[in-house]
Amino acid sequence: MSGSIQDTFFEECEELLEATDEGLTAIEGGDHDPEVVNAIFRAVHSIKGGAGAFGLDDLVAFAHRFETVFDEVRSNRLELDPKLVQLLLRSSDQLSALVEAARDGGQIDEAHNDTLLAALDEYIPEEEEDLTFEPMGLGAAPMVDLGDIGGGEPAEPQEETYRIRFQPLKEMYGTGNEPFFLFQALKDMGELTVKLDDNELPGFDAMDTSEAYLAWDLVLVTKELRSVVEAVFEFVEGLCELSIEGDGDAEAEANALANLDAMFSTPPATAAAPTAPAAAAADAAEGEAPSAPFEPPVPAPKPEAKPAPAEEKASAPKAESGKQEQRGGPKPTLRVELERVDRLINAVGELIINHSMLAQQIANLPVSDTRDVETELEGFKNLARDIQEGVMAIRAQPVKPLFQRMARIVREASSATGKTCKLVNEGENTEVDKTVIERLSDPLTHILRNAVDHGIEKPEDRTTAGKSNIGEIRLSASHRSGSVCIEIKDDGAGVNRPRVKQIAIEKGLIPENAELTDAEIDNLLFAPGFSTAKEVSNLSGRGVGMDVVKNAVTGLGGRINISSTPGKGSTFTIILPLTLAVMDGMVVSVADQTMVVPITSIVETMRGSDDMINSLGADGTLLSIRGNFVPICDVAGSLGLYRESDQQAGVYLLVETETGQRCALAVDDIHDQRQVVIKSLDGVCGEIAGVAAATILGDGKIAMILDPESIIAASPTAAAFDTERRMSNAS
Amino acid sequence: MQAEVKQTDQEVKHAEHSEFVSFTVAGQAFCLKITQIREIRRWSPVTILPHAPADVLGVMNLRGAVIPIYDLSARFGLQQTEASERNVVIVVSVHGKPVGLLAESVSEIISINPDDIQDTPPVDSRNTMEYIQGIISHDDTMVRIINLDAVISAPEQVML
Repeated sequence: MSGSIQDTFFEECEELLEATDEGLTAIEGGDHDPEVVNAIFRAVHSIKGGAGAFGLDDLVAFAHRFETVFDEVRSNRLELDPKLVQLLLRSSDQLSALVEAARDGGQIDEAHNDTLLAALDEYIPEEEEDLTFEPMGLGAAPMVDLGDIGGGEPAEPQEETYRIRFQPLKEMYGTGNEPFFLFQALKDMGELTVKLDDNELPGFDAMDTSEAYLAWDLVLVTKELRSVVEAVFEFVEGLCELSIEGDGDAEAEANALANLDAMFSTPPATAAAPTAPAAAAADAAEGEAPSAPFEPPVPAPKPEAKPAPAEEKASAPKAESGKQEQRGGPKPTLRVELERVDRLINAVGELIINHSMLAQQIANLPVSDTRDVETELEGFKNLARDIQEGVMAIRAQPVKPLFQRMARIVREASSATGKTCKLVNEGENTEVDKTVIERLSDPLTHILRNAVDHGIEKPEDRTTAGKSNIGEIRLSASHRSGSVCIEIKDDGAGVNRPRVKQIAIEKGLIPENAELTDAEIDNLLFAPGFSTAKEVSNLSGRGVGMDVVKNAVTGLGGRINISSTPGKGSTFTIILPLTLAVMDGMVVSVADQTMVVPITSIVETMRGSDDMINSLGADGTLLSIRGNFVPICDVAGSLGLYRESDQQAGVYLLVETETGQRCALAVDDIHDQRQVVIKSLDGVCGEIAGVAAATILGDGKIAMILDPESIIAASPTAAAFDTERRMSNAS
Repeated sequence: MQAEVKQTDQEVKHAEHSEFVSFTVAGQAFCLKITQIREIRRWSPVTILPHAPADVLGVMNLRGAVIPIYDLSARFGLQQTEASERNVVIVVSVHGKPVGLLAESVSEIISINPDDIQDTPPVDSRNTMEYIQGIISHDDTMVRIINLDAVISAPEQVML
């Protein structure tokens, strides 16, 4: 139980951290809108609140310091100068690190943490008391006396009597709240009389143990403000029926109630005003010592503050919901377990297969006129495609959070190398499959670290080269005809080709006298075990870098390219399929087997004739296409399949590898071009050279989805051709 | 044991006897515990897996799932089965994954008392010893009980 609540907390933390990052990026970009500052303050505050509930002391301490600085900023006592913004960005990174450490049980860099804390402290004017944070510290810690700091409110506190009717709903117990602690907190404020109302308690045999029957009538005599009293119940807001009646005049009561309602039930757009009291109240509720002066609790503007009915309050899913407003109002979202979406995706996959089976069987029927059926079938197909796209859209997520994390990587890398770089993000709203986003994180981290470490020059070198001393790395995402294109472009020195080549020779990756084109040298970066770092820095240069990146991208069915201009910078381009579940493929036959070749890798198809085939050496064959000679790779041979008849592969699919090398795949025939559902072969058999996955065709048969890259690699002809060319280049 | 638990004869019989499905592979009689078998299907041509060893026939579509089909005969080191429509594919669950096994034909369901199972006598073949859990005499023929976990290793290692 507590595990799942904690999970939810960490999930929320992630969102809150994103909001923080987003706000800070906006501030960095010059947007000093108070609402942005407020949003960050609230996000950090929520993290602190949750962390306190779970006793995550490091996190609480840091978040508290961070939040306090923000409080200074939002009350205009601190100027957001670039130095402070940088500190805040670093602090936000540290906050993420602390959240991660708390979640995964990892270690944090204590020294770094202390440095940041000290730096933050410099911005906090008042003496900061040590804070002790107890889990759900409602009971023990002393409550804040807001009376002496509230500017506009009654200055001298006077005793007041509050009559509180408190009736928990069963949900309140479900979330682990305990009325006792609430009463204890109230008792700390003044004189408290508790009277239990058990009128609704049924007989023993009629009792539902999960139901809530009890209610309490409380009388509290205290000097505290109403808001402080209300704050005690903040954590159970929406989980109980609560009425607080003060002895004060009716108008004040209406105001305060309205204030409370506005806090929790008004729609985001109108809820901006009460945030200050909400934050103050939350602080009070968490039993925290006074840190910086709060803004006086401002009653909500009257026109908006219609008291909401109790049911509405009760239906608010969380007390947090009222505080999560953002500028512009976020679109309502739904949090769904990934497994449910995946089940739907599988079902849609079956639907598509089912359609093609149906189509095939109708085609086989001994009926002459199937036009009507075919029209309907076409409609079925379109619907299936719509559903499929819709379902995939559920899994699709904007790359924004990923890119925001990358900004952090660049900051860390810059400070570790003593270079100044900024990351410019483009197309962050481009949506990509969730799995792709998850699995892109590591490769992108690697590329960006490399870009800072190896690509961007030192500031003095940049000045000499006549560039701005701040290096710029541009990270962009875009959709490009059925695939996603992610580009990492730096304006650094570009690939140091003589050095790369020398290292490749030293490591025995290429022969000493090899003559390589610029593109070939650049691609050596992806060779396993290649690393240009003279010494192993703690950033990059472990020598596992780029080939791991390449494998990760290929693992997602994508490709990676590098292009570089000396003195101008390098660009890495990652092309990924839009979805992982369905792809467009060309259905071909190879040695009596039906197979599918991904459309994305096919440049063109052609039927070959004898005069187009030229022999080269003993067993090499080249296909001449409009005067260009391209090595032929026999798919059947490469897969170790043998044709029963002596038939010749007569159809060629011209494919282009990631290194830009072209090759003609020889197949027996082309049947169709269609959407196929990708079925992983993981767990069915080990990795098969040349085969990426499988799919189910319309006749219910399984077809292999080929991986052109590895087919070419496995083909003796193409490989031989490659070596021959290398050799001839070398000589 | 029987005395302690005080079961009726009927129950004792159920508790002690397990049911096995017997089938022939390359002319020899084998059997598998009925609980290991998910279903039995008629053979239909499979999709060949490139570079697969001789005992891996290929993959088959089992209601949308891709499952590998093994030739039991080749697996046991006997001659490869010339699969035809008369043959059957026994779908079993090994390591939590469905796997198809090609057999010549299914014979019958036999009820076996565990006490009747004899250990495999030592023969000069490591594979045999590993793949056969025990033997039993049924209607004067020897039926070999297959050790499924040994025959089908964990999926990751199958192709390596």
